[in-house]
Amino acid sequence: MIQLRHLLATADLDRASAVEVLDTAATMAATQARQIKKLPPLRGRTVVNLFFEDSTRTRISFETAAKRLSADVINFSPKGSSVSKGESLKDTVLTLGAMGTDAIVVRHAASGAPHRIAHSGWTNAAVVNAGDGTHEHPTQALLDAYTIRHHLAGGTGDLAGLSVVIVGDVLHSRVARSNVRLLETLGANVTLVAPPTLLPVGVETWPCAVSYDLDQAIDQIKPDALMMLRVQHERMSAAGGGYFPSPAEYQREYGLDVPRLGRLADAAIVLHPGPMNRGLEITSAAADGVRSVIVEQVANGVAVRMAVLYLALTGKEER
Amino acid sequence: MSQTRTVIVGVQVPDGTRCDIAIVGETIEAVTPTAKGPLPTEGPEATTTIDGTGLVALPGLVDLHTHLREPGGEDAETVLSGSRAAAAGGYTAVHAMANTFPVQDTAGVVEQVLRLGEAAGYVDVRPVGAVSVALGGERLAELAAMARSAAKVRVFSDDGMPVADPVLMRRALEYVKTFDGVVAQHAQEPRLTEGAMMHEGIVSASLGLTGWPAVAEESIIARDVLLAEHVRSRLHVCHVSTRGSVEILRWAKNRGIDVTAEVTPHHLALTDESVRGYDPRFKVNPPLRSPDDVTAVREALADGTIDVVATDHAPHPPEAKDCEWAQAAFGMTGLETALAVVNELMVQSGAMTWEDVARVMSYRPAVIGRVENHGRPIAAGEPANLTLFDPARRWTVQPDGLETASPNTPWAGRELTGKVLWTWLRGKPTVQEGKVIP
Repeated sequence: MIQLRHLLATADLDRASAVEVLDTAATMAATQARQIKKLPPLRGRTVVNLFFEDSTRTRISFETAAKRLSADVINFSPKGSSVSKGESLKDTVLTLGAMGTDAIVVRHAASGAPHRIAHSGWTNAAVVNAGDGTHEHPTQALLDAYTIRHHLAGGTGDLAGLSVVIVGDVLHSRVARSNVRLLETLGANVTLVAPPTLLPVGVETWPCAVSYDLDQAIDQIKPDALMMLRVQHERMSAAGGGYFPSPAEYQREYGLDVPRLGRLADAAIVLHPGPMNRGLEITSAAADGVRSVIVEQVANGVAVRMAVLYLALTGKEER
Repeated sequence: MSQTRTVIVGVQVPDGTRCDIAIVGETIEAVTPTAKGPLPTEGPEATTTIDGTGLVALPGLVDLHTHLREPGGEDAETVLSGSRAAAAGGYTAVHAMANTFPVQDTAGVVEQVLRLGEAAGYVDVRPVGAVSVALGGERLAELAAMARSAAKVRVFSDDGMPVADPVLMRRALEYVKTFDGVVAQHAQEPRLTEGAMMHEGIVSASLGLTGWPAVAEESIIARDVLLAEHVRSRLHVCHVSTRGSVEILRWAKNRGIDVTAEVTPHHLALTDESVRGYDPRFKVNPPLRSPDDVTAVREALADGTIDVVATDHAPHPPEAKDCEWAQAAFGMTGLETALAVVNELMVQSGAMTWEDVARVMSYRPAVIGRVENHGRPIAAGEPANLTLFDPARRWTVQPDGLETASPNTPWAGRELTGKVLWTWLRGKPTVQEGKVIP
């Protein structure tokens, strides 16, 4: 069994360990169909959900996962993350360490904050990145991969040969960064689709293709899975007048509307990490249609996070 | 009063020859090739002899870009601690940047910094005057008052902030002509760098950190050299970090524009790959750039397109760096490591000679800053501002072992080659056998 010291980025996982996380998640998922869902392996262990950014859905998912494994769960949501506004990140982590924490699940607005917690000598706890700034959100990518594998790869092995198109605000998306790396590791062919304003400089070095044209991507790639990213309204009020001219124009160029939905292959699935902007990047017809696996993604999130916590915390005594 | 004489025997001077150097009082008495006969012995009775074998004598280094933080930032550095760090690094004069609190934007504040430097006594502290009131970028500070003050300010800079307004920059360039001043620009287009935290490129895309694009530096330099040409004034460009900037400077110099430029040791040495561990010790403004940019600034320093090495020594207290990247302050210390870094990268590699080092770290910075009695050749009758450097001595940088009051060196735990063993300010040792005089 692999041992995860931390889970900070999907680049930490090679193909074999990524598959093992997914297999472990499948085992966890199987237990969640039972009437009694609670398992004993993390009894007596303490998991802190340290959420500097509001994220009810991710926090609840981690909380559920930890509780299903019998861990003690503490939710801590400090207000503000700056030294001027309150306690520093270091002091917060030292405080948690003094209370005997085995794992810290951290969500932070600053890219790299989980990496700092894991590698600055502030704590010995396992650190799981639950989303850091515009960097990574590895458990989201794992649950996406799990969902794709379940529907399109028979629920086992890797994702070799599958094509996945990711559409939207790649520049600010930790979900996109984590997914590009993990899906590539698992053998899928990834294409990013976005206006050039929402792609980072340097994206040409990523292990994926890039397109500015959603229609062309749908018709030429014939994706097995289409992942729509959330577009935040505040992106329109950024420097230079925003990253795109209007929601209407974005919706026309990059939204998953009914005609585009109709041109997808029969078996293709539609994913969204949530929360959705219905009517902007995705129409209700797509979000609620037969191809949508968006609600399943949420359920799979619990199983994947159970697997990550299990692999990070069991066998730790021997190290 | 009986004076002492110090004789350095068999030391290499910048032109490569081995010489004996005699210092009497505040002056270099004689420089004679070794084995060409004894140095004069008449006059003072007491003579101290230093074996210079294997050492290089350089004119006392002059830094055009130092943050001493006092007044207002004494938790990071004081004029005293920063002066000691400068002496330890072989410097005899430093330009203290204006972004103190209160800002060095009046004659009163620059004279206060001058006096603090004199009281410390380790280096000549040359205060830099702010270009705009409170670094606000809106209206000119009283530049003439600072120039006419006891501090005799000649270098004006809003460093830390760019002079973004092209009209204000034009006026500043015109106005400093009155007293032979220079405007030292921190070239950063503010709108292109909102929220910027590291070089925009492959690494920033991967780390999810907001990018600071090269074009934000280059576009301001392009504008400023054209303004300097238009109003026939003197421009100095701080901490050049990109290949594009180098190409613009080369073009401007070929055109005869009166522009000079500096590069920091860290931009010569480090790339944005250093940021991958999110360690804020590598967070600096302008940011560490790509390997290609590093190659370009090294070539530009060697060929003279970049005139000088300046440290941009920027101390910060521990808590300003012991945090997440986004929260951390920009800047790194450099006074005590600059010469070793230049030695390793430029001299040991064969790209530069010791004469070149004297030019980029002493002669030229003194000329640009109009610093009298510094940056002078090592010759009889010149002021005895000197440093003795052992280019082979290896040492491991430990923040606790440095004179600067702040720990934010990018070299912590790393071995550097080359150490300053002696520094003299006007004939008085400030560093003796590798230790700063108490």
